[in-house]
Amino acid sequence: MSEALAELRGVSRVYQKGKERVDVLHELDLDIPGGDFLAIMGPSGSGKTTLLNLLGGLDRPTNGTVTVGGAELSSMSNNQLSNWRATHVGFVFQFYNLLPVLTAQKNVELPLLLTNFNARERAERAAIALDIVGLSDRARHLPRELSGGQEQRVAIARAIVSDPTLLLCDEPTGDLDRGTADEILGLLQILNREHGKTIVMVTHDAQAAEFATRTLHVDKGQLESRAAA
Amino acid sequence: MKYFGLIWHNVWRKKIRTSLTILSVLVAFLLFALLNAVGQAMSTGGATTGAARLVVVDKVTIINFLPRSYQNKIAQVPGVAAVSHQSWFGGFYQDSRNQFPQFPVVPDEYLALYPEFVLPDEQLQAWKRNRTGAIIGRDLAELYELKIGDRIPIQSTIFTNKDGGRTWEFDIEGIFDTTDPKGGTAVLLFHYDYFAESNTFGDGFVGWYTLRLADGADPVEVANAIDEQFANSPNETRTSTEAAFAASFAKQFGNIALIVRMILGAVFFTLLLVAGNTMSQSVRERIAELAVLKTVGFRDGTVLGIVLTESILIMAIGGVLGLGLGWLAAQAIGSAMAMFVPGGIVISADIILLAIAVMIAAGLLSGVFPAVKAMRLSIVDALARG
Repeated sequence: MSEALAELRGVSRVYQKGKERVDVLHELDLDIPGGDFLAIMGPSGSGKTTLLNLLGGLDRPTNGTVTVGGAELSSMSNNQLSNWRATHVGFVFQFYNLLPVLTAQKNVELPLLLTNFNARERAERAAIALDIVGLSDRARHLPRELSGGQEQRVAIARAIVSDPTLLLCDEPTGDLDRGTADEILGLLQILNREHGKTIVMVTHDAQAAEFATRTLHVDKGQLESRAAA
Repeated sequence: MKYFGLIWHNVWRKKIRTSLTILSVLVAFLLFALLNAVGQAMSTGGATTGAARLVVVDKVTIINFLPRSYQNKIAQVPGVAAVSHQSWFGGFYQDSRNQFPQFPVVPDEYLALYPEFVLPDEQLQAWKRNRTGAIIGRDLAELYELKIGDRIPIQSTIFTNKDGGRTWEFDIEGIFDTTDPKGGTAVLLFHYDYFAESNTFGDGFVGWYTLRLADGADPVEVANAIDEQFANSPNETRTSTEAAFAASFAKQFGNIALIVRMILGAVFFTLLLVAGNTMSQSVRERIAELAVLKTVGFRDGTVLGIVLTESILIMAIGGVLGLGLGWLAAQAIGSAMAMFVPGGIVISADIILLAIAVMIAAGLLSGVFPAVKAMRLSIVDALARG
């Protein structure tokens, strides 16, 4: 495993809910090596998703630093973070979050609208991404015409189409049956092993975590680690 | 342009809602085009300075007649090159809806005042030879499919002829064109002598005078000199430009410009509420999708631009359709209102440019609040709400 792709140092995240102060993450340190497939587990409200949001530059720490690929995210402006996300990170969500008005192909092309690729190049790259996830034959289908598993595959194709180093998956199988979930997890494993993607996956599902190379448990804003079986 | 596909699909996300909104925009811009065109046609004023022709009317109201004896006195005012008179005959052809201007005139005098009217000499001579002869403009000939040699009855709403009827028959002896691209020719001209001899009011009065200024004459000075000459007489005069005359004629029907502004103000206020509501709903129901756009790297400003463009696009689709329908309606209404607006109802380039500006402004106004909401969206909160 190579040197750390992502480093969190002394990261705390505090939310203010009305007059109440909620400490979600507390002085957390974490190194994620390049090529890692890390599962993060923990009870609801433990800070898993917050950790993922910080790694993806969707949120900023109250204290501490988040560095990914040498870029210190906490010091970036909103526009700089947008640019960084467009090229360095892909997101996969529990409920897929595809745009219902666009076909699978057009959903996958979305991140490429932010590049200088022309329409033909965007279409070619989207086709490759759909091919990787095994959905070439569904390119012209709208999300409502796809099964849950197929929708998640499209979401994964959208996440990898810009060829980011880091994939962040928030409960990617939380809405799928066991068989379909295993197919998706197998796909993530392939992306990790064969395409060199570093993957951080938040999950409640211990069986899903077994597909990762290691698992971290988050509880009350703190981390504990153990090697995957 | 690369975002256009995304914007287009978002606009049509709820087809019925978008169609109804576009329909309301269409109606608003149909009214916008039509009312502005009518208002422009009927309310065009003009400064006396720089005018080539002036019109002399009764000071109190243009409904009052002026003595025919004024013609020679006006002709003698320094700066007046030629003068003639016209009178409003107020007739219609076959049906009361077929109204257009008819004027009893003195042929040579009238045509000398309006050199833009082109009439072949043999037709002019034929008209002058025939006491009940008339000439019509090309617009009128085409509108009612009239041709030289036709005998047409005109029913006057004002003048009874000496046989006790109000139907006056005229022989069409000529059809004239105009060299003025903005000028209309939906008009019928007949002999004043025939009119004066045949109507029961008698001779000695006219509706108004039109005069052509001599080269270098100051229109303001000439107008003042004419009005001063008839001051304190039983028929005081008001001299102004032709455009101002047309405007005061139209004001018989009310303050057109004010009515137009009030109607359009109400229409567009309602339109902003309708379109604004559509955009607000559209943004509210796709909070998570907008968060996804931001997640994959769309900047706040780009999201703002996308929502605003959607709003402007809805206005543009409805607006262009409305202008198109307005143009068609203008053709039809222009014919029906030929009496009041001889030049027709024209959706001018000014109106189109103004409409485009209004489309953009209305699009921005109705889209700005939802767009700012989308721009300020917190990705984390939006995704958590799902």
